[in-house]
Amino acid sequence: MSVTETIVEPPPPQARGWSRARILGYALVGLWIIFGLGIVAYLVSAWNTDFFFRYAPAYLQGLGTTLSLVVVSMIAGAILSLPVTYGRMSKNGILSGLAYCYVYFFRGTPLLVQVYLVYYGVGSFRVELESVGLWWFFRDAFNCGVFAFALNTAAYQAEILRGAIESVPRGQWEGAASLGLHKLLTLRKVILPQALVVALRPYGNELVLMIKASAIVAIITVYDLMGNAKLAYAKSFDFQAYIWVAIVYLVMVEILRNGVEWIERRITVHLKR
Amino acid sequence: MPGPTIWTLLSWGPDGWSDDIAYGALVTIALALATLPFGLVIGFFVAFAKQQEEPSLRLAANIYTTVFRGLPELVTLFLFFFGMPLLLQHVIRWFNPDATIDVNSFIAGMIVLSLIFSSYASEVFLSAFRAIPKGQYEGGYAIGLSKWQTMRKVILPQLVRIAFPGLENCWLILLKDTSLVSVVNLAETLRNAGVAARVTKHSFLFYSLAALVFLVLAILSSIATGFIVRSLARKGATR
Amino acid sequence: MRIALRIALAASAALLTLGVAQAQEKTLRIGTEGAYPPFNNLTSDGQLVGFDIDIAKALCDEMKVKCTFVAQDWDGIIPALQAGKFDAIVASMSITPERQQKVDFTHKYYNTPSALAVPKDSTLKGVTKADLAGKTIGVATTTTHFNYASKTYTDSTIKGYPSSPEEQADLANGRLDAIEDDIVVLSQWLDTPDGACCKILGTPDPQPVEIFGPGAGIAVRKGETDLVNKLNAAIDAIRANGKYKEINDKYFKFDVYGKSSS
Repeated sequence: MSVTETIVEPPPPQARGWSRARILGYALVGLWIIFGLGIVAYLVSAWNTDFFFRYAPAYLQGLGTTLSLVVVSMIAGAILSLPVTYGRMSKNGILSGLAYCYVYFFRGTPLLVQVYLVYYGVGSFRVELESVGLWWFFRDAFNCGVFAFALNTAAYQAEILRGAIESVPRGQWEGAASLGLHKLLTLRKVILPQALVVALRPYGNELVLMIKASAIVAIITVYDLMGNAKLAYAKSFDFQAYIWVAIVYLVMVEILRNGVEWIERRITVHLKR
Repeated sequence: MPGPTIWTLLSWGPDGWSDDIAYGALVTIALALATLPFGLVIGFFVAFAKQQEEPSLRLAANIYTTVFRGLPELVTLFLFFFGMPLLLQHVIRWFNPDATIDVNSFIAGMIVLSLIFSSYASEVFLSAFRAIPKGQYEGGYAIGLSKWQTMRKVILPQLVRIAFPGLENCWLILLKDTSLVSVVNLAETLRNAGVAARVTKHSFLFYSLAALVFLVLAILSSIATGFIVRSLARKGATR
Repeated sequence: MRIALRIALAASAALLTLGVAQAQEKTLRIGTEGAYPPFNNLTSDGQLVGFDIDIAKALCDEMKVKCTFVAQDWDGIIPALQAGKFDAIVASMSITPERQQKVDFTHKYYNTPSALAVPKDSTLKGVTKADLAGKTIGVATTTTHFNYASKTYTDSTIKGYPSSPEEQADLANGRLDAIEDDIVVLSQWLDTPDGACCKILGTPDPQPVEIFGPGAGIAVRKGETDLVNKLNAAIDAIRANGKYKEINDKYFKFDVYGKSSS
């Protein structure tokens, strides 16, 4: 939030009549309305009770798969992000170098490549994985998806956490130290509560990004929401399969985004004047 | 049939796959570069609309970013790749019943990536707009510049400098998002690597190679943006 | 800025004309998959090769039209045909009632049965529903094999793959207990070093024609009867003049056409 935003300006007098901006604005909103009505009209005209009842349960099941994939990956990623954050902030050159490389790799390459690498790439090392007793894990496509997603989100979450911790002024560390708190306690009781308020919005964004990105596991045989939509389309060649899935994703993301905003407003009440 | 060695697989030429993946890398770069100007221009105007006092303009711009930031990239891509030709066909058939339309995957990818890139870039532009104090506009008007001139000569130069780091991030996201177009058959890096993996069964090798290509592109981008940042800073300093 | 804007406008104009370019009538654009050896496959220099490709080229010669080939992922191949990305599919597509609602087909140009492959050390004995209960079967989605497997093996887990090589890789590394595919495709793969892990378990019997159809045909957009007739005439012609046999013998030791009834 920039400083200028908090300066209260008197509201400008309401423009009357048809300015150019208003004509353009109404035209654009009109376009969106036409577009929305077009989709509604399409869905009504393409309404097919058989299609709906045949695939709606599959979509619901897919939604469940998507959500559990995202939740498990986010939590695993959060745990994994702790050592990475530690490495990134460490003064030890080797440690911070390693953590930097980790973050750079997972943020610098497409998630799709990482997913392929884990599912098909690691899948070709079955003998080696069996000998170390890990094959049961990588045998399952869902696990492979979770594995790739957790590694990926850990890199992003580490950066969020680091940024948030660094956003807390140095004086807070010094103040706590002067009270005789040791470092870990300072981190837990003083720094993290402040840092997490800063980190809430980026964490929310990351969650939204993960939900959107989760659609790509459909490509490695996981029947998530997108996977079921692809299957429905491939079986019926009915384009509404994709329209429905788009609506579900959009609603899900909007609910989440507004939820995060609501929580942020609630917990930053004390910061507002 | 003895399997070819890794070095044959990675060689340049008819037996190896390096030339195919290098060609794919060129397509990746071309797609990202072709998307960039459209994404920037659309993103700028969306942010500009959100800055306006006219509520309808803000509403239209908000719907735009809500939709294209809310939909998974893959869903947007499928909607356009399969849906747009069907829609266009319906429209064109009113005029010419025999016409068929082909929207190739490069163009479909470009359109979709422009939509996604612009909705992210608009957020960056918007916060840059907000970082520029009102006085800058008022100063512009006070010395007799028109609205458009103020925008071009006073606001834009500052806006670019403030927005640049955010836009660099958007560019890196764009670069990675190009890989999604591989699922609609565009022969870019990941797709060619995937074909090589299917044919040779060396999945790990070729997907690692694809990852390497994207890493190199990311590193090259940071070098290039480093230059731009320095030249922007120089311009700012000599003012 | 003005120059940049002008360039952007010029570029967008150029791209729009490119995008809305009408399909030319003289060249026939043929869509195929490129991941279904020996019928169609991609080589390391980006060439499409295989039985389907050679048949398509022979048909084009016969019809005296120029042909270009487009590689398209299997699960989007009919939508891509409908969207006008090409004019005909020559990709070992079985003629099924389900697909006939969306596209028109020529007569079959070959017909081979569906089969199941398993790892060599598999304890599976047969290919009935009971034999495969509780097992995981991999099949390429939106194929007749997929439809058969999902209707027949209702006690098994069916996993859908984008193409045959992926399902083969997952059978080889043990993610799957069995895969179902065209017997010719499976045999070809089993002959390669990667296929050494596995063997043919058997062919489901009977193979209902309402699922598998009379064989593989060429698909075109609905209502393009003229093109169907031309292609049918060309199929009959290459069957008669020995060209078909020549291509058949290049790839197979037996006749893939099957019973000459259609």
